[in-house]
Amino acid sequence: MSAENPKVMEKEIQKPLSPGRFTDMLYELLGNKRIRYSVYAALVITALVIPSFADNYVLEVFTNAYFYIILCLGLNIVVGYAGLLDLGYAAFFAVGAYTTGILTSQFGFNFWLTIPFSILFSVIAGVIIGGPTLRLRSDYLAIVTLGFGEITRIAARNLEITGGASGLIGIDRPMLFGMRLYQIHHFYFLFFVLVILAIFISHRLYNSRLGRAWEYIREDEDAAEAMGIDRVRYKLYAYVMGAVFGGVAGSFFAVKMTAISPQTFLFTQSAMILLAVVLGGMGKIQGVIVGALLLVFFPEIFRGIGDMRMLVFGIVLLIIMVFRPQGIWPTRRS
Amino acid sequence: MSDVILRLQNLETHYGKIHALRGINLIVNEGQIVTILGSNGAGKSTALKTISGLVQASAGTVEFMGQDITKELPHNIVETGLIHVPEGRRIFRDLTVQENLDLGAYTLNDDVERRKRMHHVFDMFPILKERRKQDGGTLSGGEQQMLAIGRAMMVEPKLLLLDEPSMGLAPIIVQEIMKIIRTLNKEGTTILLVEQNAKMALKLADYGYVLETGELVMEGYGTELKEDESIVKAYLGA
Repeated sequence: MSAENPKVMEKEIQKPLSPGRFTDMLYELLGNKRIRYSVYAALVITALVIPSFADNYVLEVFTNAYFYIILCLGLNIVVGYAGLLDLGYAAFFAVGAYTTGILTSQFGFNFWLTIPFSILFSVIAGVIIGGPTLRLRSDYLAIVTLGFGEITRIAARNLEITGGASGLIGIDRPMLFGMRLYQIHHFYFLFFVLVILAIFISHRLYNSRLGRAWEYIREDEDAAEAMGIDRVRYKLYAYVMGAVFGGVAGSFFAVKMTAISPQTFLFTQSAMILLAVVLGGMGKIQGVIVGALLLVFFPEIFRGIGDMRMLVFGIVLLIIMVFRPQGIWPTRRS
Repeated sequence: MSDVILRLQNLETHYGKIHALRGINLIVNEGQIVTILGSNGAGKSTALKTISGLVQASAGTVEFMGQDITKELPHNIVETGLIHVPEGRRIFRDLTVQENLDLGAYTLNDDVERRKRMHHVFDMFPILKERRKQDGGTLSGGEQQMLAIGRAMMVEPKLLLLDEPSMGLAPIIVQEIMKIIRTLNKEGTTILLVEQNAKMALKLADYGYVLETGELVMEGYGTELKEDESIVKAYLGA
């Protein structure tokens, strides 16, 4: 359209570099396959060389960011792909962390062997909560998941096997190829590999038949159902898939921290993960990653201003939501 | 020609305390176009939703090709070849025309067959082919209706339930939709058409039923109903 009217084009070019304009440019740039893959390769290489010059504090922050990327990609399957509002995502992360914590510290399991159990229990938790509730529409589902998140946390605080309010301590560090992983750069690389894996799985899911079914359900549940899609079943798949991401991330979290307590799995945790997904752009892998990075880096960068940083963070969020309601990097240009 | 494809027996539906369908008996023969007429709130859409399983019947049976499908779930009913094009078209506004059609063939795992069916839809609706990369929401009302019907055709239905395809369309577009329905029927699809636009429906229909506050009050061959004075008075505005 603008090609017919050179004046309009000129005007557009002169527009200030707002976040929207910026991502539009990014889209154009990344539309070119060669540029896109070069950028991705550059990012991967950067991530790989960071540990060779960064100090432990920076590595800790990055590792934390990677951890949140995995959680956010997991929640993105539920919220972004299938369009289900989940306010209790920390519960799955708790299930994974406690599974690994309990199995290693009380039953002497090897860490790597706890992961299948983590997955199993996440799936069970996902089915228990999802089975009966996924027939509900969004608002009700949000309330139920909120309750589920709290139930999980409170159960962990009151059970003996989970160590009560003080939680579990002294979880064994994992071994990998005969080497004990204990330094921060070990975990940096471990979580980096997990991020790559999470991106790969997310990407494959999005382009699969399953991914398309989720898209239809998200857009119009009734129409999808009238065309032969079993909405409850596909929603459950999304829910369970998200649960598995959370559970596996929780397992690795447990061995990195060596201590977990119910305090780690507060509602604010679920809310922050959801926030990162919505902020970054629901359903878009790149967007979700940007959201997760922002969530972790922002408070760190503004550590200098002390308590004010949460206030500033809140204001920034509001500004983004007002000017960019679909998120920083949404699935489609509107 | 006169094999019964759909049979409703004493079908009742409740929405909470509201008794929306009060015992309906209806037969659709294979190859026919059958219409259900009635004013707003008579229960026409409810009847279709109950047949396609989107709403559960509280009593009575729905029999499709000799099978009782009353308690079946909607996605299972779709696989038997009974497709419901809901009121207001319900296309995916943020997905392209082609993506919308792909949904129609979701139950189909065969890419070659899917492409074949899409060609068939594009043959019938050349305008959709032209716009296949556009978002559904950018189409006009008539084109959206065509897309909704095209999406249903992707399943190659034996019985198509159409809920007010003429709603909100200009008379000239209604003519076009009528032509499409007739062509589909000639190709072998049986059609159950719900309409407020009785004039249009009776022009197409072999047989018609009149629904009033959840009960069938009249039935007859299309030509008969067209001549019936009370119908003419109530629905044709003469």
